[in-house]
Amino acid sequence: MSNITKKNLTEIVKLIKKKEIKSEELTQSFVDNIEKDKKLNAFITKCSETALTKAKNFDKKPILDTLLPGIPIAVKDLFCTKNVKTTAGSKMLENFIPNYESTITNNLWNEGAILLGKLNCDEYAMGSSNETSYFGNVINPVAENTVPGGSSGGSASALAADLTPTTIGTDTGGSIRQPASFTGTVGLKPTYGLCSRWGIVAFASSLDQAGPMTKTVEDCALMLEAMAGFDKKDSTSINKKKENYSEKLTDNIKGLKIGIPKEYRVDGMPKEIDELWENGKKLLKEAGAKIIDISLPHTKYALPTYYIVAPAEASSNLARYDGVKYGYRSLKGNNLIEMYENTRSEGFGDEVKRRILIGTYVLSSGYYDAYYLKAQKVRQLIKRDFDNSFKSVDAILTPSTPSSAFKIGEKKNDPISMYLNDIFTVPVNLAGIPAISIPAGKDNKNFPLGLQFIGKPLDEQKLLNIAFAVEKRINFNQDLKRWWES
Amino acid sequence: MSIDKDKIKHVSKLARISLDEKKIDTLAKDLTSIFKFIEQLNELKTENVEPLSSILDKPLRSRKDVVDDGKIRDKILENSPKKNEEFFVVPKVIE
Repeated sequence: MSNITKKNLTEIVKLIKKKEIKSEELTQSFVDNIEKDKKLNAFITKCSETALTKAKNFDKKPILDTLLPGIPIAVKDLFCTKNVKTTAGSKMLENFIPNYESTITNNLWNEGAILLGKLNCDEYAMGSSNETSYFGNVINPVAENTVPGGSSGGSASALAADLTPTTIGTDTGGSIRQPASFTGTVGLKPTYGLCSRWGIVAFASSLDQAGPMTKTVEDCALMLEAMAGFDKKDSTSINKKKENYSEKLTDNIKGLKIGIPKEYRVDGMPKEIDELWENGKKLLKEAGAKIIDISLPHTKYALPTYYIVAPAEASSNLARYDGVKYGYRSLKGNNLIEMYENTRSEGFGDEVKRRILIGTYVLSSGYYDAYYLKAQKVRQLIKRDFDNSFKSVDAILTPSTPSSAFKIGEKKNDPISMYLNDIFTVPVNLAGIPAISIPAGKDNKNFPLGLQFIGKPLDEQKLLNIAFAVEKRINFNQDLKRWWES
Repeated sequence: MSIDKDKIKHVSKLARISLDEKKIDTLAKDLTSIFKFIEQLNELKTENVEPLSSILDKPLRSRKDVVDDGKIRDKILENSPKKNEEFFVVPKVIE
């Protein structure tokens, strides 16, 4: 079948279910695309052989009443996969082979999916451009020398370049939505606790959340359905009934109230982003939604709060990498302490070290109240802003990012300007609420731009419906020349 | 607040990360600008605000402390950078 890899996930699932294509042929098509790619560096580990074997086995006795029957899927290399190397983009875990499977990937395999490979990401998911990976930069298929965003940069790049029909990422401060926006794809960060964190390499545990990255909103609903669910192994997992997001998906959003927060109109925002936002409002009105101006007064404090909370949690989580039980160990050092210090110095990259030091500092004796406690209090204020707004609106519309994808190296030496990239995505993680980014237009360089919809806790269905209604009216067309194949 | 080289050295000791002088210089510069950015929070009065440590409104579940897997010592040891048949091996700690 020609161009099967260009189709979206929902179409591919239908073809498999109607037996118009076999899993092996489908998997082979994606493997071919992966082999032809010479420039994107989206994969850390390719599982082509085992994927093809699994696909053949699937075809011998196809089970078709699942959500993802025989569908090959590459995943961010932050999800532990049993007997398949899991690096988190770090030298520290370069040779780490988990003997367990993360709950989320396990859910995908239980729905019939097949592991196609492990995708590059910023080291320990700390970055907004995929430039912190030990395994090299990932390139955005939109243009050469351009970042795909981060931290789920390999996921976004592979998806946009048709190297996988769908993928999963993790989002601590925008790591799904920002790369989705940069690559013209759909990315959803679910409500904190909806998708299990068990078996995901931890960054900041009160913020981390796994979510789907897809070509369409309908695909996104399908993937969320496969991923979400209660997990007793994650103490923060929410115990609620499974939902059929894809079945219930509708573009009827008549009468819904959508808030426009004035604080998201930041200084120096490109005119194109402003126009994109205006267009979003217009399309929502056409779909019968009501636009309401709202205020989220503490928005500007979200990033400073995030850069205390996230590094603090990271410094605790990453204390486990000591060169003893697993991971890299330095051969230098005359005693145990020196071994620890050299292991962590050689095994972690610069951004990870920077964040561990920030985190250690804000938690250290004498500074805890001034920084960490203060940040937790401001986090409360940020959450209250959203709680108050959701008394009068069903969802909130904002741009996904303050710019389109930037050039490799452009922001690398200026941490603050890199961090500012997440200005529109971070507040959502602090409040624990769901948000989705959909491709909504292009700038003058023909680079994609995204719009973000933010919803109430556990209101993913409404969020997907709104995104679906707007997506239908946008007709975004990526149509990339496959320049990475030569 | 400006972060000087001594502070970086102190924190890197706490974090068990060895740093050379050049790195210490760069980090002092980076962290100074990051903390200047972070300290915007001081504009806010928060005396009467309850700190938010978890966005879940329920306390975390507890479970019975029972073994439900186990007997995977060899598998666990496989990922260790240095081991013998039964143990993780570390540099000598007792003289």
